[in-house]
Amino acid sequence: MAESDNTPSGAGGKTPPSGGRRIDQSTGTETVGHEWDGIEELNTPLPRWWVLTFYACILFAIGYVICYPAIPLGDHGTRGLLGWTSRGQLARETAAANGARSGTLAALAATPIEDLPKNPDLMRAAIAGGKAAFKVNCVQCHGSGAAGSIGYPNLNDDDWLWGGNLTEIQTTITHGIRYPGDAETRMSLMPNFGADKILTADQVQDAASFVRSLSGLEPKGAAAQRGAAIFAANCAVCHGPEGKGGRMVGAPNLTDKIWLYGGSRDQVAGSISNAHHGVMPAWGQRLDPVTIKMLAAYVHSLGGGEDFAPAAPAEATAPATGAPAAKP
Amino acid sequence: MTNLAPQRQPRKHLAKAIASAPAPAKLYEKRKPVCPKPVDGRFRRLKWAVMVLCLAVYYITPWLRWDRGPWSPHQAVLIDLAHRRFYMFAIEIWPQEFYFVAGLLIMAGIGLFLITSAVGRAWCGYACPQTVWTDLFQHIDRLIDGDRNAQLRLDAAPWTASKTARRLGKWSIFLAIAFATGGAWILYFADAPTLFRQFWAGDAPSVAYATVAVLTGTTFWLGGFMREQVCIYMCPWPRIQSAMLDEKSLTVTYKFWRGEPRGSVKAAQNATVPTGDCVDCGMCTAVCPTGIDIRTGSQIGCITCGLCVDACDNVMAQLGRPRGLIDYATLEDSAAEQSGATPTPHWKLIWHPRTLVYLGIWSLIGLGLLFALGTRQHMAMSVAKDRNPPYMLLSDGELRNAYTVKLRNMEDRPRPMALSLVGVPGAKMWADDMAKTDASRQLVRTVAADQTDPLRIYVLAPAGTAPQALSFALRALDAEGGAASYATRLDAPDPQVPQ
Repeated sequence: MAESDNTPSGAGGKTPPSGGRRIDQSTGTETVGHEWDGIEELNTPLPRWWVLTFYACILFAIGYVICYPAIPLGDHGTRGLLGWTSRGQLARETAAANGARSGTLAALAATPIEDLPKNPDLMRAAIAGGKAAFKVNCVQCHGSGAAGSIGYPNLNDDDWLWGGNLTEIQTTITHGIRYPGDAETRMSLMPNFGADKILTADQVQDAASFVRSLSGLEPKGAAAQRGAAIFAANCAVCHGPEGKGGRMVGAPNLTDKIWLYGGSRDQVAGSISNAHHGVMPAWGQRLDPVTIKMLAAYVHSLGGGEDFAPAAPAEATAPATGAPAAKP
Repeated sequence: MTNLAPQRQPRKHLAKAIASAPAPAKLYEKRKPVCPKPVDGRFRRLKWAVMVLCLAVYYITPWLRWDRGPWSPHQAVLIDLAHRRFYMFAIEIWPQEFYFVAGLLIMAGIGLFLITSAVGRAWCGYACPQTVWTDLFQHIDRLIDGDRNAQLRLDAAPWTASKTARRLGKWSIFLAIAFATGGAWILYFADAPTLFRQFWAGDAPSVAYATVAVLTGTTFWLGGFMREQVCIYMCPWPRIQSAMLDEKSLTVTYKFWRGEPRGSVKAAQNATVPTGDCVDCGMCTAVCPTGIDIRTGSQIGCITCGLCVDACDNVMAQLGRPRGLIDYATLEDSAAEQSGATPTPHWKLIWHPRTLVYLGIWSLIGLGLLFALGTRQHMAMSVAKDRNPPYMLLSDGELRNAYTVKLRNMEDRPRPMALSLVGVPGAKMWADDMAKTDASRQLVRTVAADQTDPLRIYVLAPAGTAPQALSFALRALDAEGGAASYATRLDAPDPQVPQ
């Protein structure tokens, strides 16, 4: 800016007719030809580096428009000479990532799940992959920490309805529980003892007293004594004479401290009256075997996984882990 | 730079010179090429020595070896970004000990203040990479284009074939130096001999090539072309310096009271009034690497390299006059000398309160770092508690909490360590790679050399245990010993809420 006060009237006086532009004497620069309250603006040329950068940007922009998708044309746009697309880039990067994982995945596919513990590196990879798959497929019911909730088993503890070694977990995940459409699904149906009038309401209450007394929630009073007989007649066939459950039919161990559907009197009586038939999908229909193997390894690693008991039938309690009487 | 008015210059002749100078006609002044004459003298020799030292340190350091045993790299100075380690001779820094590096940087900053307070802009004049490389490139200028006058002539000459050839040749040398500069930089970040081979075989990581390309470009541009403009327009340090310099700071000073009025020897013989010692030969201006005239006073463009002192001393010696018309002096001392006092020796000038305060702070930080280095533990532990789920009730009512415990062994050899539980009576722990039946209050692990060993630990507490504090203690079982502990907690169901 050059204040015209600094270049008094001698510097050219009033705006000359040629559009108002004149050469400012003290700077030797042309003015833009306007005057605001006696103030004129210099038409200072831009620095050369600025102009060159500007031209370079224009050239870059032209090159970019030619090489890359740029101009929208209704339902599509120009494709650019390089043929680049963001989907294509994603596909390439996904393929590269899959390629990087392919060796591990192939090794996992070739290794029976029983042999995984013998290969700690592969086990670690399986657990990491399983953790990712769990976050996508399992957390909706079992929770992000796999701690479950009422009706949805906690996978961290040492209580397993259908077995807690790698093979059993893999089977459960593959075929699901009470899942229609899978012939090998884990299946059992506890009768609705109350709702179906198999037991009277009083008998249900007595049975509940006995069941709660098994884990010390109630004293073994008169109701529990009556309930014992009811239990022996109706429940022991699945839950066992001592109430320790049975993994062949997924019958819960009633003597421990873990209650999938709650351990209060009302909850236990309710479970006897209207049995819960929890369902888990057969993931073998949705996920590939390697993913299921990884999921099994992850669930097994959460802290309650059981070792392979030497030649032990599924119903056996699991003293190998030192865990208290293993759950149904 | 000629527009920079000298500060604290109430001197009449200067004021007059400035007043009589024509008002600047342009708002923007094109850079005038700086083509300094070569000069010999004590400061030039000091500058050579510092340049050789700086370049030698820069180029030799990555090749020094240091035996760290079979588990760690053998490069004496290595910034191993990939493995998060910083090696410096006997010292190895882990990421969590980065405060040592921060402390060093703070020391470097305060060290600059200290140097400035003691001997002025010595960093700018001698040791700054911009100065060192500019000096080097100016030497190449002289080698290819000839002396100052030849350079100026060539600069003004039209672009003929021979000028083009000469320029291309010179720029090629610039580029070679710049490449050597950028190339050496990457050797600090990986094993130098390996990376050197990889680099020429085309096997080095692309970040190495990119780094070399960027540093080659900046060196070529900043050293070959920008030069003193970096010091005057781009670098913040001179601005800070102008706030730090006072009348007790050593600066290059033209003793105007001795030099003025200037005039040639012949003019002095014919003069009616006595003339000063300055014969206005212009040597001080001709040798200046930033192209300033020191006789206009202390100014931001002066990097106090002392080359004008050498130049003027040489002229004074030829004329048989005493040296030091231009000399390192403080403003205070210069004024004292003007009024006839004997100048204080430089070593005495250095010791004024501000210098001592800086020295004190600097030394304290240094001692603190040394103390921390000497007493630091070569082992450590960190514990992250699982919070989802916070606790787990087992089938027999026992309580389980899970922790990720990281055992760090910072020695270059495997070390046995014992991890034990502190607090929560009756609690036991086991790691996920062992059987729950082997749970106990203490686990013994051997942590690999220079590694962090992550452990998944389950702590088992008796049924009915209330939420409470829990600590892990770590103890080294080898001769060196050492201990660490980490306070965390044991989560449990709220005892107020019936389950």
